Amino acid sequence: MMDFAYWLPIVWAVILVAAISIYVVLDGFDLGIGMLFALERHPDRRDVMVNTIAPVWDGNETWMVLGGAVLYGVFPGAYATLLPAFYLPIVLMLLALIFRGVAFEFRVMTRGTGREGMWNAGFMAGSAIAAFCQGAILGGVVQGIKVVDGAFAGGPLDWLTPFSILCGLSVMCGYALLGATWLIWRTTGVLEESCRRWAARLAVGLFIGIVAVSLWTPLLHAPYLRRWTDWPNIAFVAPVPVLVVVLGALFVMGLRRGHSRGPFLCALGWFFLCLSGLGITVWPYAVPPGLTLWDVSSPPSSQFFQLIGTAILLPIILTYTIYSYHVFRGKVTETDGYH
Amino acid sequence: MQYAHDPALLLARFQFAFTVGVHIIFPAFSIGLAAYLAVLEGLWLRTGRPVFLDLYRYWIKVFSIVFGMGVVSGLVMSYEFGTNWSIFSKKAGPITGVLLSYEVMTAFFLEAGFLGVMLFGMNKVGRKLHFAATCCVSVGTLISMTWILSSNSWMQTPRGYTIDPATGRFMPADWLAIIFNPSFPFRLVHMGLAAFLSVAFIVGATGAWHMLKARKAGKISSEPVRVMFSMAMWMAAIVAPLQILAGDAHGLNTLKYQPVKIAAMEGDWVSEDHAPELLFGIPNMKTEHTDYAIRLPLAGSLILTHSLNGKVPGMKDFPRDQRPPSPVIFFSFRIMVALGMLMMLVGLWSLWLRRNSTLFTNPVFHRVALCMAPAGFLALLCGWVTTEVGRQPWTVYGLLRTSDSVSPVALSSMAFSMTAFVVVYVLVFGSGLGILVRMLRRAPQEGEHDTPPGHATEILAARMHPGVIDPSTGKGA
Repeated sequence: MMDFAYWLPIVWAVILVAAISIYVVLDGFDLGIGMLFALERHPDRRDVMVNTIAPVWDGNETWMVLGGAVLYGVFPGAYATLLPAFYLPIVLMLLALIFRGVAFEFRVMTRGTGREGMWNAGFMAGSAIAAFCQGAILGGVVQGIKVVDGAFAGGPLDWLTPFSILCGLSVMCGYALLGATWLIWRTTGVLEESCRRWAARLAVGLFIGIVAVSLWTPLLHAPYLRRWTDWPNIAFVAPVPVLVVVLGALFVMGLRRGHSRGPFLCALGWFFLCLSGLGITVWPYAVPPGLTLWDVSSPPSSQFFQLIGTAILLPIILTYTIYSYHVFRGKVTETDGYH
Repeated sequence: MQYAHDPALLLARFQFAFTVGVHIIFPAFSIGLAAYLAVLEGLWLRTGRPVFLDLYRYWIKVFSIVFGMGVVSGLVMSYEFGTNWSIFSKKAGPITGVLLSYEVMTAFFLEAGFLGVMLFGMNKVGRKLHFAATCCVSVGTLISMTWILSSNSWMQTPRGYTIDPATGRFMPADWLAIIFNPSFPFRLVHMGLAAFLSVAFIVGATGAWHMLKARKAGKISSEPVRVMFSMAMWMAAIVAPLQILAGDAHGLNTLKYQPVKIAAMEGDWVSEDHAPELLFGIPNMKTEHTDYAIRLPLAGSLILTHSLNGKVPGMKDFPRDQRPPSPVIFFSFRIMVALGMLMMLVGLWSLWLRRNSTLFTNPVFHRVALCMAPAGFLALLCGWVTTEVGRQPWTVYGLLRTSDSVSPVALSSMAFSMTAFVVVYVLVFGSGLGILVRMLRRAPQEGEHDTPPGHATEILAARMHPGVIDPSTGKGA
């Protein structure tokens, strides 16, 4: 039983990080496309941008619901401390996602009534605010929250620091990059060309963000620094920054040589490495600096019951999610009936 | 009693009630409408009658809007347990959180995964696979309802748990007992029928509106309009009486497991046999008396125990700090029952008109059906108020108080978010309602079937530009 209670939270931490990664990747390019509305003003091309994600965004956002539900069922101690601690950015993010989500339909339904502009703005601002809040929350978790007796004991604006703002801006930049590279893959012509230009600049921005966050994070708490500099850890973690640079080189090459899928995959790789890096940094804490995974876990009977279902259902979900993407594969153009 | 005086707690409760009250409309709408769409597409495939495809295309536009609003308002709910009720989440999460996760994995992904194919994929996957996608979405909505009602019912009638003495957490002991807790089957049936009935009355009212409009213009209403109206009235005639039976059974179940909720719903203070039923009254929690009561002798015992001399509970049997606020649920319950009776009468009336072949020609009935458009949803909301306010002052019935469940969130944050939620919801869902009404005012047309079913671009075009599509040809203007 002791072993069970030790290993189940670790398994779940891996699943949760995987679910969050899938969310970040999938909804990341959705939100990025929303932000790119700021750069692309042409209504037809905006429609193409939306049409590349219209059939799949519902499913993408479901990963976020899964993240919330898993945290609630498997790590209720973390759910119950993190959510009150990040009350304001979470509420702000949810409201932003509401605007973003309904704008998919509303911006077309209100076409010709003079209110389309409002929903286009809602799509753009909603995406930008949601992206910023997600980054700021992530940064806020890494910098740690004040916990007394297993409950949040800080103030409503504790999360708002230069570090969390940097994280928020970096995530905005990263999502926009995902969006731009997704559009390089899925569109043609003028839009694809614009995206290649945007992607180059956004990649520079994201790279600066990654470097800044990476240098700043170890200074937040002493254990973070030791995680990255002590032997033998350093042997295991050193590939992470190296791979970031390698992917950067591949990205530049893919962009220059006109690859359609390469830049997107490199951007995905960056996100994967960043999340892994953060995971390595905060391990084994679920709520830094005080609560470990085991402190916040639900009883093994809960975690085990949920694991059985997840082991069966997650492969099925992935299968039909891939099927759904497969149905809507290929380049989307202005003339193929999507508007 | 911190319960009555803490403004942060009151705001947390009000905010949760507001957001869940807005949210519940959309899943209920989706449950009923997805099933209706599956039936329409199935009938079209089976009979080949174009009218069913016309109706499918008409209602799928509504579905895409309703489903989208359900997704975004539901996302709020999955985080609001933690933002507003962190202590509850921590203690009950090992049970309710797991049930919610199962809901996400078995239902939400299924719905969202196949929604894209359902809305955009007919020309890409073919008729049969498309029908399968519609069915998957419909089944997804039903599975979703099952899990969330299991979780909700567990909060009302908790079973299969132990309480960890050190932390006060609920520990799952028997998952089958947790999922199939005593009130779950009753709540599931009652809620499922409510969703079907609510949508039936929206569809019926839409049909009635277009028949009244056609009549005013001196025309005969089109086939799709008549078919949808007829289908909706069949639904009302069959489901409304069933719903009253289901509600009665649910009431008996509540009497057994939550007698004080029943006493508060009935405004009864003293336990008695040969009890009357109060048709009206104003329950006063302070004086422990129901003022201005209008009593129907013996009916209380008859309704609650199915016998004239059955003993019904009174609120005075229970300590003051365990009674739910009777003035709220006394009225919400009565409004729900009255609407249920009205819906049943409309259903029975439709049977009578059908017999006389005047279902499509009686303007008085059409006006009544139009006015009844929101009846199902209003009854559903009143029912939720009754059962959830009736659960007070507990979150987990008899075990965890609402006042002990609330998050340590500053009053200022709560006030800010409450304001933001109200402003955003009024703007977003108000606009959504406006868009829905505009859509439904456009009549479904015969002839959309001119487009071969292989060309889903037309569905898309119609979905995306309802205003600029000439429905008689299905081609963009």
